[in-house]
Amino acid sequence: MTMFRNKWTYLGLVIIILFILCAILAPWIAPEDPYKINLVQELAPPGEGHIMGRDINGSDILSRLIYGARISITIGLVVVLISSFVGILLGLISGYYGGWIDLLLMRLVDILLAFPGLLLAIALVAVLGPSITNVVIALTALGWVSFARLVRGQVISVKEREYVLAAKTSGQSDIRVMVLHILPNIVSTVIVQATFNIAGVIISESSLSFLGLGAPPGTPSWGAMLSEGKQVILDAPHVSFFPGLAILLVVLAFNFVGDGLRDKFDPKTGRE
Amino acid sequence: MLGDYALPGDKQELRENLGLDRPILVQYGDYLTGIVQGDLGISIHSKRAVTEEIWERIPASAELMMGAMVVALLIAFPFGILSALKPYGILDSTSMLVSFLGVAMPNFWLGPLLIILFSIQLDWLPINERGGLEHLILPSITLGTAMAAMLSRMIRSSLLEVLGEDYVLNARAKGLPERQVILKHALRNALIPVITVIGLQIGVLLSGAIITEAIFDWPGMGSLLLDGIYNRNYPLVQGCILTIASIYVIVNLITDITYAWVDPRVRLS
Repeated sequence: MTMFRNKWTYLGLVIIILFILCAILAPWIAPEDPYKINLVQELAPPGEGHIMGRDINGSDILSRLIYGARISITIGLVVVLISSFVGILLGLISGYYGGWIDLLLMRLVDILLAFPGLLLAIALVAVLGPSITNVVIALTALGWVSFARLVRGQVISVKEREYVLAAKTSGQSDIRVMVLHILPNIVSTVIVQATFNIAGVIISESSLSFLGLGAPPGTPSWGAMLSEGKQVILDAPHVSFFPGLAILLVVLAFNFVGDGLRDKFDPKTGRE
Repeated sequence: MLGDYALPGDKQELRENLGLDRPILVQYGDYLTGIVQGDLGISIHSKRAVTEEIWERIPASAELMMGAMVVALLIAFPFGILSALKPYGILDSTSMLVSFLGVAMPNFWLGPLLIILFSIQLDWLPINERGGLEHLILPSITLGTAMAAMLSRMIRSSLLEVLGEDYVLNARAKGLPERQVILKHALRNALIPVITVIGLQIGVLLSGAIITEAIFDWPGMGSLLLDGIYNRNYPLVQGCILTIASIYVIVNLITDITYAWVDPRVRLS
């Protein structure tokens, strides 16, 4: 008996575990201090002592990538945790009570979903000023929307089922019905959505950092590293290559796992 | 703008010049009145009208969008159609894998990779800035790939669905050549959902363009917006975002209209 049907899911899981281990163990496994400046070896190509080469400051790219995992995973998890919490809460209220509050919330959701997320994120960061905290604020402010919409739809389909009616008629409070009877039935869909959202947030954070709107210059964020690499792409293409590869692998991994979870929780939908 | 050691008098003068001494609601009211009249304010640093600065950048942005669109359609249609004709065949599986990569590949990595391969290693194409057609190729591929990936899967599934319909069977039974069955009878009907996706994807292209322009130093609206953000040129930032958002809304409207035009059933209902 295997847990997942698709072998890609396992590959994704392995990559995610490695990625999280890198983030946690960064100080112990990174060969060098990621901020160490070593101008003698500036832009050294991959070779002995630095298998991924060195960047503009002569810092070891592998070490910076390992520390960069911390930024990506922290932002990914923080944004998705807060936005899923807010989204679940608002989605539950909206779907359960309906009426004007539902109307109001869903119009707001419609407006936010109508525009491409990255554009709104750029607009928000432009107003708040570029920094990692503001990236988290901007991505959270946009992230709850997809959860709210998803949860609301699920609540509406679940709330007329017999067991929910039974719970209501037995006199349980609204909060008890929502948390104990409705929520457990929709939590799997939320987990699938959250997995895909982590990938989305990681891409968005890298994009904003690449544009100079996220992590300040010099921070080992993968997006910022790519942006530094762009400036020296003629002399040292390796500076651009590895951070991009890391982003691609992690994003693919979360997508694979998301697919696997979706197949597992809901065998009917499968691949589109 | 005046530096850290500005005299109080100069500061006061600047505030008055920028209209910052008036109540916030009055400022907002003026701004809204301006927008209705097509005035987006004055760019703080260049002292020129924001509309003028944006207007100069529109040709470059439009060129990039068109290029990306052409790339997306040129890749998506052949792959989508051929995949649908032999589902689960070698071509289908390959294009599925490629499109999976195409969607996950961040364009701020694809761009540099294309530069490394085609400009540095092979020395075929120029790297930066706007110019002739050869300057447009790499930015267009960078921006268009994700859309191509998504669109080719969409065309495939939409075509597969239509191929099972009775009118396709009828066309085949009449003895029409397969080419005509696919291109005339099936593809036309399969296009309906595809058009919606193209319309929605333009929004993604608009925000992707900001990144692509940053990679290739492309002088479009995206780089104007970024310059505005770096220099805290707020009227310019507001103007750019407002313009991009309006383009998005207009494109969506056009998509809806096209939709009705392609599918008479929508028009009738």
